[in-house]
Amino acid sequence: MNKDLPGWVDFGLLPLLNLLTAFLVAGIVVLAIGENPLEAVRHILYGAFGYGNGVGYTLFYTTNFIFTGLAVAVAFHASQFNIGGEGQAYLGGLGVGLACLMLDQYLPWWGILPVAILLGASFGAIWGAIPGILYAKRGAHVVITTIMFNFISFSLMNYLINEYLKMPGNASVQSRTFEQSAWMPKLTWLEGVMPGISTSPANLSFVIALIACVFVYILIWRTKFGYEVRVYGASPSAARYAGISTTRVVVLAMAISGGLAGLMGLNPVMGDQTRIFLDIPQQAGFVGIAVALMGRSHPLWIVFAALLFGTLYQGGAELAFEMPSITRDMVVVIQGLVILFAGAMEYMFRPWVARAFSMREQENG
Amino acid sequence: MGDFIPDLSTVVALTDGTLRGATPLLLACLAGLYSERSGVFDIGLEGKILIAAFAGATVGILTGSALIAVLAAIAASTLFALIHGVACITFRGNQIVSGVAINFLALGLAAVAGNAIFSMGGRTPQLPASARLNGGDSWFTPMLEGMGRYGQAVEDIAFDQSIFVYIAFAAVPFTWWVLYRTRFGMRLRAVGENPAAVDTAGISVTGLRYRAVICAGVLCGLSGATLSMALNSGYINNMSAGRGFIALAALIFAKWRPVQAMFACLLFAFLNASESRLQGTEVLGFEIPVQLVQAMPYLLVVILLAGFIGQARAPKAGGVPYVKER
Repeated sequence: MNKDLPGWVDFGLLPLLNLLTAFLVAGIVVLAIGENPLEAVRHILYGAFGYGNGVGYTLFYTTNFIFTGLAVAVAFHASQFNIGGEGQAYLGGLGVGLACLMLDQYLPWWGILPVAILLGASFGAIWGAIPGILYAKRGAHVVITTIMFNFISFSLMNYLINEYLKMPGNASVQSRTFEQSAWMPKLTWLEGVMPGISTSPANLSFVIALIACVFVYILIWRTKFGYEVRVYGASPSAARYAGISTTRVVVLAMAISGGLAGLMGLNPVMGDQTRIFLDIPQQAGFVGIAVALMGRSHPLWIVFAALLFGTLYQGGAELAFEMPSITRDMVVVIQGLVILFAGAMEYMFRPWVARAFSMREQENG
Repeated sequence: MGDFIPDLSTVVALTDGTLRGATPLLLACLAGLYSERSGVFDIGLEGKILIAAFAGATVGILTGSALIAVLAAIAASTLFALIHGVACITFRGNQIVSGVAINFLALGLAAVAGNAIFSMGGRTPQLPASARLNGGDSWFTPMLEGMGRYGQAVEDIAFDQSIFVYIAFAAVPFTWWVLYRTRFGMRLRAVGENPAAVDTAGISVTGLRYRAVICAGVLCGLSGATLSMALNSGYINNMSAGRGFIALAALIFAKWRPVQAMFACLLFAFLNASESRLQGTEVLGFEIPVQLVQAMPYLLVVILLAGFIGQARAPKAGGVPYVKER
C-alpha cells in the first residue's frame, strides 16, 4: 500500500482529487439548502473578480492569507504545527500599530514602514518563539501551547487596548486614528488596469506579502538554515545525529513563523483601518492552516491557495447578498472541508490510485 | 481590599454559577479523556459541542420534545466524532488537522443550516418550555423551603439544577470505574500507551479507538445540549465560545485523569463565575484586570506544560496513527 507512485500523482493528482471532493461536498451542502451550486459559484466569481472594488477586496484578503499561510508552512517544514497564527498576527498588529502611533507625527509612511515591519514581525516572532522554546526545552506540545497563546493574546490585547490605547471619552474600543501621512498607499497604480481598485482596502501590503514568499522560498530551499529545518522536519533524530542544534531549529522556525504571521498586521492596521482595534486578524490565522495545507507548504502554491480563499471570502459576501438563504459562513464550511479532505484525509484516495497503477503495470507486463 | 466574608446569597450565587458553568466543561473534558486516553488527540471538542448545541436547539424547536432534542444533539456530535475517527483511525490522517477541520465544519454548518432553516442570521428562536431542561422543583423542595434560608440555599445549589449537572458529576465516578475497573477501560488505556501490545493480544486497535471516539461524541453531545437547552434556551452563533478549548486545558491540567478533571473544571468555572466579582479587586495595591482572570485557565496550562508545577505527560501513543505490522 505504501508503494511508490510517480511524483505527479502524489503532488498533483491526489491533492487535486482531495480538493475536488471538498468542493463536491460543499456543492452538496448548497444543494441541500435548495440553491444551485453552479449559480453560487457564478456569484462568488463575479463578486471576487467582476469589478475593481471586488478585485481589491479579494487581494486584501489574499494578502492576509499569504502571510498566515507562509507562517504555518514554515513551522510545518520544522514539523511543528503552529495553530497560533491568530494570536501572532494580533500581536503583530499591535507592533505595527505602535510604530505608526509613535512615528506618524514625524515621518511619512515609507519612513515608518521599516519600523512597522520590524516591530510587527518581532512581536509576532516573540509570540511564536515562546511555544517553540517550551517545546524544545520542556517538551510542551506546540499545538496545545499555541492554542493557549491565542486565547491569552485575546485577553492581553483586550486589556492593552482598553487600558492604554483607547481614547479617553470615546466609547469604541480602539486606538486613535493614525495621521494620514502614515497610511499605507493603496494600489492606485493598478487603477488603469482595474478601475475602482483604489476604493477598496487593497494596499501595498500585497506586494510585501509577495516579497515574503520569495523570502520564505530562499530561506527554506537556498540557505543552510533552511536545509537544517528540512532535515529536522524529515527526521529529528537524523538532524541531531548530523550535529544540527534541534533547539535552534525549532525555536528559530517558530520565531520566523510567528514573525510572518505578525507581518499580517501591516495589512489591516496600517493599510486599512489605520488604527489598533479589537480582533485584528479576524480568523485569518486559522485560514492560514487551510492555505498551507492546500499549498503543500510551498510559497508558490500558497499564493494560489491564498487567492482561492481570498476569492471565497470576498465572493462569499456577494453570494450572501445574492442568495440570502446562504450566509457568508458557507466559506467557513468550505474551509473546514478543504482542511478535512486536503489535510486530514490526504491519503484517502491513495490506496485506490495505487491499485489502479499496479493493475496497469501488470497489463503492460 | 474587598470584603472577604461574603454573605450567604453571594456564596449561593457563586456555587450555583460554578456548578452550572462547570457542567459543559466537565462533559467535554471527559469526552476528551476517553478519546485521548485511547491515543486519539481531540482538539475538535469545540466543534462537537457547537454542532450538538445547534442540533439540540433545532430539533427541540421543531419537535418540542426535550428527549428527542438531546438524542439529536448526541447524534450530531457522534457523527462528527466518527468523521474524526474515519480521518484519523481508518485513513491515518493527522489528528490535529482533522480536529481543526471539525471545528470549522461545525462552526460553518451550524450557521449555514441555522440560517437556511430559521432565517435569523444563524440563531434559532427560543426553545419552547417543553424542550428545555433547566431544572426546577424536586421532591425535596417543599421540605427544604420550610427550613428557612439555609434550606433554600441547599435547594438552590443541590436540588434545583438541570439534569445535565447531575449527569456530568455522575459521569466522573462512572468514568473512573470504566477506566480503572473494567476490561474495556484497561484496554482503552493500553491502546493509548502501547497499541502494538494490544494488537499482539488479539484485540482490535481500530475497534477500541472507534469506541473511544464514539464515547467522546456522546459526551460532547451532552455538553452541547447543556449549552443550548439548559444554560440558554436556543442556539446563538458560536455559543460554545472556546469552552472546548478550556475543557482541553482542564484535561491537560488534570493530566488525563477523571477525578482531577472534575476539580480542574470546577476551578476554571469558579474563575469564570467570580470574574465579575473580582473586577476592581486590589491585591497588594495592584488592581486585578478582568482579562487576567479570563486568561487564567490558558496561563495555568502553559505554566503546567512548562514544567513549573509537576509534569503533564500525554498518553504515549497519542497523535500517532497505528499501522499494523505485516
